[in-house]
Parts: sequence; C-alpha cells; structure tokens
Amino acid sequence: MANRPRTRLHVPHPPARPGDRADFSYLKLQPAGAQPRPDVRVSAQATLPMATGLVRVLDDEHRAVGAWDPRLEPEVLQGGLRHMLLTRIFDERMQRTQRQGRISFYMRCLGEEAVSVAGAMALRPADMLFPSYRNQGFYMVRGRPLVDLMCQLLSNTRDMCKGRQLPVMYHWREGNIFSISGNLATQFPQAVGWAMAAAIKGEDHVAATWIGEGSSAEGDFHAGMVFAEVYEAPVLLNIVNNQWAISTFQGFAGGERSTFAARGPGYGVAGVRVDGNDFLAVHAVTQWAAERARKGGGPTLIEHVTYRASAHSTSDDPSRYRPKDEYERWPLGDPVERLKQHLIALGEWSEERHAALTKELEEQVGASWREATKFGTLGEGPRLDPDLMFEDVFKEMPEHLALQRDQLRAERS
Amino acid sequence: MARMNMIQALNSAMDVMLERDPGVVVLGEDVGYFGGVFRTTDGLQRKYGEHRVLDSPISELGIVATSIGMAVNGLRPVAEIQFADYIYPGYDQIVSELARLRYRSAGEFYAPVTIRTPCGGGIRGGQTHSQSPEAIFAHICGIKVVIPSNPYDAKGLLIASIEDDDPVIFLEPKRLYNGPFDGDPGKPAVPWSAHPRGEVPEGHYTVPISKAQIVRAGSDVTIIAYGTMVHVAEAAAASLGLDAEIIDVRTIVPLDTGTLCESVRRTGRCLIVHEATRFAGFGAEISATLQEQCFWQLQAPIGRVGGWDTPYPHAFEWEYFPGQKRVAMALEAVMTAS
Ligand SMILES: Cc1ncc(C[n+]2csc(CCOP(=O)(O)OP(=O)(O)O)c2C)c(N)n1
Ligand SMILES: [Mg+2]
Repeated sequence: MANRPRTRLHVPHPPARPGDRADFSYLKLQPAGAQPRPDVRVSAQATLPMATGLVRVLDDEHRAVGAWDPRLEPEVLQGGLRHMLLTRIFDERMQRTQRQGRISFYMRCLGEEAVSVAGAMALRPADMLFPSYRNQGFYMVRGRPLVDLMCQLLSNTRDMCKGRQLPVMYHWREGNIFSISGNLATQFPQAVGWAMAAAIKGEDHVAATWIGEGSSAEGDFHAGMVFAEVYEAPVLLNIVNNQWAISTFQGFAGGERSTFAARGPGYGVAGVRVDGNDFLAVHAVTQWAAERARKGGGPTLIEHVTYRASAHSTSDDPSRYRPKDEYERWPLGDPVERLKQHLIALGEWSEERHAALTKELEEQVGASWREATKFGTLGEGPRLDPDLMFEDVFKEMPEHLALQRDQLRAERS
Repeated sequence: MARMNMIQALNSAMDVMLERDPGVVVLGEDVGYFGGVFRTTDGLQRKYGEHRVLDSPISELGIVATSIGMAVNGLRPVAEIQFADYIYPGYDQIVSELARLRYRSAGEFYAPVTIRTPCGGGIRGGQTHSQSPEAIFAHICGIKVVIPSNPYDAKGLLIASIEDDDPVIFLEPKRLYNGPFDGDPGKPAVPWSAHPRGEVPEGHYTVPISKAQIVRAGSDVTIIAYGTMVHVAEAAAASLGLDAEIIDVRTIVPLDTGTLCESVRRTGRCLIVHEATRFAGFGAEISATLQEQCFWQLQAPIGRVGGWDTPYPHAFEWEYFPGQKRVAMALEAVMTAS
C-alpha cells in the first residue's frame, strides 16, 4: 500500500544555488562540426536531430570546422568582433552611468553579444527585426549612432521616444528595428504577422524575432508558432536560452526534459539548437533559416544556448539566487573571446590590434556620452517639453487631451 | 505591536494564512526561492515548502488559469502578478472565467482566488511598471477589487481577501511599500515606522472588505481617494488649511456608497482623487453615484483629479502624477464654486 504509485507534483530545481558549486552537467552539448547541414528545404520533422543536438562551428582549438562553417571573409569576422566589443563596452559604460544616477535603469547583454550581432549580420538590412530588451547588438550592426541610443537612455531632449519609454526600449523605423515592449513575448507573433505581410505583398524580405526562454512560456509564443506554421510564414523565431529568467532557471519554462528548439518540429516548424556564444554558428544558422524563408520553406525556430552573465537588470541582484561563479564555469565560453581567438588563429588578428580596438571603442563611447549629455540628463540640463506627453496618443490630439495639456501648463506656471 | 512596512505586512498576511489554512497556496513569477522581486513573499517557501509556495513559469494566463483550477479543487490560491501592467495576458481568464464561474454554474462552482499585484507610479517605472488598472476590473461583474493605503489595512484586507469565497483583485500601490508618500518626490522618503498605520499586529486579524474609512474627519469638503492618493490628498488639503474630510475608499468593488454619501451630504462639497487616467476612471462611477444620491445637498459640482489620459510616461513622471498642486487646484475650484 505504501509503495502504491500516486500522483505527485514535480518542482524543477536549478542544479546550483548560492553557495553550491556551479554545475552545467544538465546541458546537452555536442562537439563542433558534429551536426550535418541539411538542404534549406528539408522538412520540419527532419530537423529534429538539429533541434535536440547543438550546431557549433568553433572548436576548442579556435578552428572553424564542419558543414556549418559559414566561410566568412576575415573582414566580416573583424566587423563582427568590433560590433560585439562595442556592444560590451557600451553596456559596461551605461551600467556605470546608471550606478551614478545619470539614467534610471539599464539592462546589459553581457555574454550574449553573438546572438544579436551574428544574427543581424546574417540578415539583410531590409529584413525586419522584432527584438526583446537584450538585443542592443542590432543597433551596432545596423549603425545607429551611439548618441541616439544614449539620448533614449537619458530621456533627454533628443530622445527618440520623446521621454515616454523606460531606458533600453529603443526603436528604429529607418533601420527596420521594431519598438521594444516592456511586456514580454508580444513581439513574437507580431513578427509572424510582418512576415505574412511580406509574403502577401510578394516581397522577399523576412522577419526575425527574439524572445527569452523564460518568456516563451507566455501564450504569445504558442500563437506565434501556430500562425507561423499554418501560413508557412517567412520568419525566424529565435529563443535566447540564457539559462535564467530573473531568478527562475530554464527548467521553469520547460527546458528540463526537452530542448526549446525541439518544440519547432512539434508544431511543424523547423528547429535548430545552436551554440549562442559561437559567432560563426549563429551566423550560419541564421543564414540557413533566412534562405529557407526566402525560398518559401517557411519558418524556423532557433534556440540559442547562451548564458546571462550579468544581472537581469540594474534592479536585480543575482547573488541571491545563483552561484556567484556560475559564469566562470559556463562551458560555452565568452563569445567575444572565442571570435577573437579564432581570428588570431587565422592570423587575422592580434592582442595588440585587440587592445587598440578596445581603446578606440572606449573613446568612441566616451565621446558619444559627452555629446549625448549635452542634450540633457534625467536630472540636469535641458528638458523635453512636457507638452510632448499629450502627443502621439492619437494621430491628432483630441479635445480632452488638448484641455489636459492646457491644464498642465496652468499647473506648472 | 510590531512595526511593519507594507511589504512586511503583506508577507505577514500570507504567512498567517499559510499557517492557518492548509489550502492556501502562493504562486507567481519569482515568488518562491527568490521571495518576489519586491520581496513580498520572502521566506515563505523556506517555511511552507515548495508545494505551498510555487515559482511559476512566465505566463500570467497560466497563473490565473491554474489558480482557478486549484481553487475549484479546494485550494485557496494567492497569485502574484509581478506588476499590474503585466496582468493583461491573464485578462480573459479573469473576465470570462474567474469573475463568472459562480454565476454561470448557478453557484456549484466558484474560485476563491486572490490576485495580488503591485500598481501605480512614482518609481520611475515608465509605462509598463506604473499603471493603475482598477477601473478595468471594476467594470467586470463578479470580482472584488481592493486597494490598501497603509500596512495595517494591507495585512487585514489581504487576510480578508484570502478568506473571501469570491475572487479578489488586490492592488498594492508600490510607491507605498516602504513608506507613505505625499506626492512630493523632492522630500526625503519617510518610513512606515513613523506612521500610526505602520503598527501592525503579528497575528490574524481582518479589515473588512467593502468598508471605506474616514482617515480624517472634517467639515469643509469631502476628499475621496484610495491608494497612494490618500496621502497626497491629505497633504494637499493641509497645504490649503482646509478642514477636509478624507475618505480612503479601500474597496473599489463592492463600493461603500453609504460612507461616501453620508460624508458628502454633510460637507456639501466633494473632490475625487485617483492616480489612474481620468477618462472613464473609477472617479466617474463615484461621481455619478454621489450625484444621484446627494444632488440636493451639493453646493458645488463634484471635482475629479486623475492621471492624464495618456500612457504613463518616463521622463514626465512628476508632470503626469497627480501631485499636491493638481489636487490643490481642484480643491480650490470645488471650494469656490457655488
Ligand atoms: C508580460 C510580462 N510578465 C512579466 C514581466 C516581468 N519580467 C520582465 S523580464 C522577466 C524575465 C524574462 O526572462 P527571459 O524571457 O528568460 O529573458 P531574459 O531576461 O533572460 O533575457 C520578467 C518575468 C514582463 N515584463 N512582462
Ligand atoms: Mg532568459
């Protein structure tokens, strides 16, 4: 009687909590070059081995190996390194300005730079990106001046959002980067709609979207997958599995018994699991999925296996819920370091050049910051006109808002 | 008696209920091991175990829907939605299911779910960490809507909500978590320890749902407010030297119309103050009710103050927030009109 099987409630546990030894033995890894690269028109079901395996290109000796090697020119690799390094230096500096009280909030993408940089580089400028809040690398690749990003962070007189959005919630219509929402996962099915429109209009642009593994638990994810599959929409659906969603590990989003990429074939969508810290692998997989979409092969779900090396945001303290040294034991390394070593192994880079580039980018970030703060900071300098608060609620301001604008003017006088 | 801030008072309410009623479970994003992003559930999982205090996947739809299922099967879930701004993915489950289950099954099924969620602005949170959505819940038939303004009420009302057999949306004005706030961001923060309503019994007690409270008796004008605005209204009235009667609504649904009307009949003047956008805000409902029931005693049109009818902006937080100045100007209008 005592041993009779009965129902039970399983509660996922991360392998390590503060004080424990970091343990990534749960991660299913594969050596670089192990995955074959199928034709882009392969059926969704046939992608299951790629969805449960791991596409990697860079091996432990920093060589590019296997069928997925995208064979990029050294200049392209150097460009990728520059964008990733710039992203990292920008992040570090903006984090510091938040600590100094110059901006109200910040979110870094430390350790995840390859996901955004390689992804955006493998797409065309006319392809539409639907980001989460941890994709600042897109802006580096597509060349938005840093001053513009900083002015948004400062909510100052040149803020692209006119003071209406929390820091990091950028947008860039001209650069084809969609407005970031504070509400998780909403962009995921929206990207599918954009892609459907491209197909309806007969264009060969594709859409791509990124969502955190934690956010993939939202219903929006399901809607996005179903619409993508039903209409075979030309869309790249990226899940950034950085192992953590604030304090909950990826097991709370369904990563314990299956990979996130494996959901793809379950929906009838191609799935690929990729080493998200391997610039070459992310580039190659993105290129593959974009070609598939452009040739009418439909959507691909890509899981990027990476690690959120920083705190969730400047409001978060990860030492309360995960071992302090976890990132040091992360088996997939640092994307910047790995690409740098690869370039050095190719004879196309050196420590000296790296140091010089670092210095150059630090100066660029510093100069941009000095420029941006001329347009005001949250607390000092010129300020946006509060009248702006009432604009863009509608295309034309209705009477009740005009009255409230006047009321505010009276209140402030 | 213990001194508690609002977070500690809410934590104590859940602690008391987890202890008293084995059917009570707490669930939500980051509420378990971590203890919540505002630390409201701190220590509860350690004390009551992982089957009583559950971390959930990031799905507000899932949190509300599974809470309904658990409640139907005899539990009493206390669900946390991390910010009120993130409740919308669960809205259909609240509107079409949670609110109507008792009605549509003629009382055979019901779901005693409490949904706690931090609301309101004043923390530089921008449009997705600052909303005050009480009106869109007030418009639904079948859920109660509660919003405390101090630690004592927070604990007593949360216990009453958990014990209530009807579903409750429990809105927590996050700007009040650590201390009362009179609307002036320039002033140093004041802790709850210096406030009489920061005195909170350790054990079980309730503050009744559906009872407004007169926080200050007066005869010049009735100011009706709730949440953070109770404190702003008190400061604004004091700045004008008015003998204002200030009423903390505390429960939006069911509304304590009796207390409100009795006061307005006495003072003959009324200002309604809330943080939420004004258009179709809950103040409109209060105003209409007072007009119907106190028309002949009114000496001036009823005034309403709220947030502007725009999304909650980041840079213009203090131009947006209905601070003392806006309340005082509206008070002056209510006092001079005749
Ligand atoms: C609808 C909604 N629910 C909850 C939140 C609060 N929240 C913001 S980020 C976050 C964690 C997201 O984790 P993940 O999707 O893994 O992305 P990561 O931060 O790791 O990049 C949560 C719960 C939100 N912003 N929106
Ligand atoms: Mg994550």
